[in-house]
Amino acid sequence: METILRGVVEALQLLLSFDADLREIVGLSLWVSGAALAISVVMGVPVGVWLGLRQFPGRQLLVALIYTGMGLPPVVVGLAVYLTLSRQGPLGDLGWLFTPTAMILAQVILALPMVAGFTMTAIAALPAQLILQLRALGATPAQVNLTLLYEARNGVLAAIVGGFGAIISEVGSVMMVGGNIDHKTRVLTTAIVLETRKGNFDLAIALGVVLLGLAFMANWLLLRLQGRLDPRM
Amino acid sequence: MTPLLLVSDLEHRYGARTVLRIPQLQVQAGEILALVGPSGAGKSTLLRLLNFLEAPSAGQIHFRGQPYTPQTLPLALRRRITTVFQQPILLDMSVRANVAYGLRLRTGGNGHGQEDAALQAVGLAHLAPARARTLSGGEAQRVSLARALVLDPDLLLLDEPTANLDPGNVRAIEEIVATANRQRGTTIVLVTHNVWQARRLAQRVAFLYEGELLETAATADFFERPQHPRTAAFLHGDMVY
Repeated sequence: METILRGVVEALQLLLSFDADLREIVGLSLWVSGAALAISVVMGVPVGVWLGLRQFPGRQLLVALIYTGMGLPPVVVGLAVYLTLSRQGPLGDLGWLFTPTAMILAQVILALPMVAGFTMTAIAALPAQLILQLRALGATPAQVNLTLLYEARNGVLAAIVGGFGAIISEVGSVMMVGGNIDHKTRVLTTAIVLETRKGNFDLAIALGVVLLGLAFMANWLLLRLQGRLDPRM
Repeated sequence: MTPLLLVSDLEHRYGARTVLRIPQLQVQAGEILALVGPSGAGKSTLLRLLNFLEAPSAGQIHFRGQPYTPQTLPLALRRRITTVFQQPILLDMSVRANVAYGLRLRTGGNGHGQEDAALQAVGLAHLAPARARTLSGGEAQRVSLARALVLDPDLLLLDEPTANLDPGNVRAIEEIVATANRQRGTTIVLVTHNVWQARRLAQRVAFLYEGELLETAATADFFERPQHPRTAAFLHGDMVY
């Protein structure tokens, strides 16, 4: 208990001192997970809308793959990305291994199925006659899709929150493909692992408190956005 | 006089099953045409084709004399027609925003007060700021009508708009429909199971049975001198369906 309290105190001291190393680690964590989330949203939301609306041969297989992707173990993703980007791998020439780009790629693979899957479920739950009504009111296909997204906004925001939660807190893939290199690929989760191994529990707990605080703030912002869009809140 | 809408040699199939076959049907500008018939007769399918929401399998639809084939379903034309469905589907926003929705699609901006006037016309101006999902079924259908009428459509298609509503709301909606036709000259095609409603509102009535248009006549002739035996059976309640 004493260790935890010391960790919380140290976290506050670290935050108040604007420690340069901490700022760098927090900044990189936000950059990697923020970029991965943005890419996942740009790709995953349209895929989710498409899957939620269309019936076609092979759809069930695709949905099963997405559902499987929602439960992918981060270490397995890390291993696959590591092998792909390693010197002998098919994308080895890109030189991405042990860079933030590799970490973003791994986190996109983790977040994309969650964003697409939850969006698909939210869109599919809308009334079947809604599209017909929107078209009867003169909506173009793009206007129909935007309105459907608006109507399913709570589910879509839950998809984004879920995707962010899955990647900001994961350590397996970023450790494997980023390598936890100081001043280059060290993020909050990998720094916590390192400090714990070194026996610096106070610092590890402090970093954990910062990570929790970041996750809370990100979710709070998304919930505020949800509240602004939802007349019930 | 060129009819507002002329349907010729129209056929619609789902797979191998032909659900609609109409050699000819005219809708005259300014009239209310009621489409009656038993369930499964193809009435709602015909409305979707008339709103250009679905392309017919064969045949042509002329709008103001201009032909449209299954390959040409232009947006500009679709925006001159609108449909109010049996189940009012309102968006999860305010009543006012719902009524302004179709206007916003066309102009990108708000309706500059047109939505409030439309709500006034259906007797629901006081509910403008309310959340649409909190309305009763009758109120929601009146908002749905206001959302359609605010667009000032050339053709308004009503798909059983009063089904499952209480007599007070049925009367209110019938008044709104009759007023829109009388005062604004809105052309209306009304699908209804209620032959009395057809008699109260329509100038002409068409009878659909199993996808076939069996009879079209002026309302008085349709009810007093039905030509087809199935029309007579339907009107006398002898048709089991």
